[in-house]
Amino acid sequence: MAIRLEHVTYTYSPGTAYEQTALKDVSLKIGHGEFLGVIGHTGSGKSTLIQHFNGLMQPTSGHVFFNDEDIWSDGYDRRKLRFHVGLVFQYPEYQLFESDVLTDVCFGPKNQGLSEEEQIERARRSLAQVGVKEKYFKKSPFELSGGQKRRVAIAGVLAMEPDVLILDEPTAGLDPKGRNDILDQIAAMQAERGITVILVSHSMDDVAKYVSRLIVMNRGEKVFDDAPQDVFAHFRELEDMGLAAPQMTYIMQALKEKGLDVDVRAGTVEEARDSILKKKKKSGRRTDNG
Amino acid sequence: MSFIRAKKLHYDYLRYTEEGKEPEISHAVTDVSFDVEQGQFIAILGHNGSGKSTLAKHLNALLTPTEGTVWIDGKDTKDAEQVWNIRQTAGMVFQNPDNQIVASVVEEDVGFGPENIGVPTEEIWKRVDSSLQKTGMTAYREHSPNKLSGGQKQRVAIAGVMAMKPKCIVMDEPTAMLDPNGRKEVIHAVQDLNRREGVTVILITHNMEEVIEADRVIVMDQGHVEMQGTPREVFSQVKRLRELRLAVPAVTLLAYELREAGVDLPECILTPDELVDELTKD
Repeated sequence: MAIRLEHVTYTYSPGTAYEQTALKDVSLKIGHGEFLGVIGHTGSGKSTLIQHFNGLMQPTSGHVFFNDEDIWSDGYDRRKLRFHVGLVFQYPEYQLFESDVLTDVCFGPKNQGLSEEEQIERARRSLAQVGVKEKYFKKSPFELSGGQKRRVAIAGVLAMEPDVLILDEPTAGLDPKGRNDILDQIAAMQAERGITVILVSHSMDDVAKYVSRLIVMNRGEKVFDDAPQDVFAHFRELEDMGLAAPQMTYIMQALKEKGLDVDVRAGTVEEARDSILKKKKKSGRRTDNG
Repeated sequence: MSFIRAKKLHYDYLRYTEEGKEPEISHAVTDVSFDVEQGQFIAILGHNGSGKSTLAKHLNALLTPTEGTVWIDGKDTKDAEQVWNIRQTAGMVFQNPDNQIVASVVEEDVGFGPENIGVPTEEIWKRVDSSLQKTGMTAYREHSPNKLSGGQKQRVAIAGVMAMKPKCIVMDEPTAMLDPNGRKEVIHAVQDLNRREGVTVILITHNMEEVIEADRVIVMDQGHVEMQGTPREVFSQVKRLRELRLAVPAVTLLAYELREAGVDLPECILTPDELVDELTKD
């Protein structure tokens, strides 16, 4: 197991009037090479949860393991852990600071104590993987567009070659093309490097399209942990939690209720299209185009 | 004259690299003209860097044109004497709710604007009451804004703008940082203000689903207006929008792909209900 949480509870300001339990008895296992999604409304405990994965927060009770070692045991090197479990915060482009793109991405590897050659090699590889072209390497990161800045910031974490990459809403504020590009590149990289990717998102459509397992947080508790299609089947409960299913789920449900026997598990446009076409063709209407 | 009129609007950003050197010029908005009537709901789409936000900032004189003219309710935004009037006429709401809240209690935050322009106390409270009511935030009036959700904070920001009695609200990606529920709350609040109070709304967004009920959609690309029309007219151009780095609502895309595959459907479908009805009729 890459990451394992056992009965993790986290309480903010314990013993004061502001005491608030952000995580309640959360247990979960994340394997190597998984592409995992985490959803939940603002304040559901998502961010608190992911900050436990790389030891930025210490559980009030319970245990966190990385590669079967308790990260809060005596003598555990948590600084090193953070090179293995990379966390890309929301709006990471606000954390760019160097005078040019390449130097900015080298910052992580430099802190890992790698030689300058290695730093540059890793930075180049990471930038290529997120689709930043060579012509931008010597530019100031602040001259780039929003989408490019976001990519450079992600490359900065990738350059540390983490085993686990956690992305907190990596596409917030980007235009649709920028959104798809970044997620496609992350998916390709996940396949190529075989790393674990944890995607925190408010976009149900993105989650349906990319992840193979989905965790739903509500009021600090893990309420669902399943394949996205199976989670979205609970769309009414998701709505009660301030969430929703992808638009496709609603369409497929409504079609089924009206007697068209389509696959209600379809969450993406492609899946919905294929399922509807199958039924439409069987019913014998409009066969002229295929 | 129309309520908002932009005529041959150009705006250049200047970047000074070194002392004494000629600045670099980037043309953020080029030759944009359009008219908006009082009470309309206008959506502006465009990829990152297409000039949307620069355009929006011209609508309450945060920026004034490098060339061309913008009139808001008949007032030229370049007329320095009118700036405060214009900002009262057209209020702005930005993306990040946390950057827009100034007071430690919701009702004081909402009253901040009118207090600043010297509205009498009694009138301030009247405006606060009615603005909170219009945005559905009355129950939270004595709360601390810190403890509110993102959607609630944005509604407080909108209430703050409403307390200035504007004729128009300009919103620059007000839902980008919100969860699905927060988005719904904000969009419903804005639609309500538009329909019931007749407030003109200019909504900038990347979320195509928020656009389908607009009266008109303006699509920006490289600083100019690339497309303009009703949501149905604009979203029927699936390929063109893709080239512009944009998208159509998921249901519109599904209907488009089904049609391409030979299913008998009308040209541009905007809502799940329309699609379900079409697929299950007879």
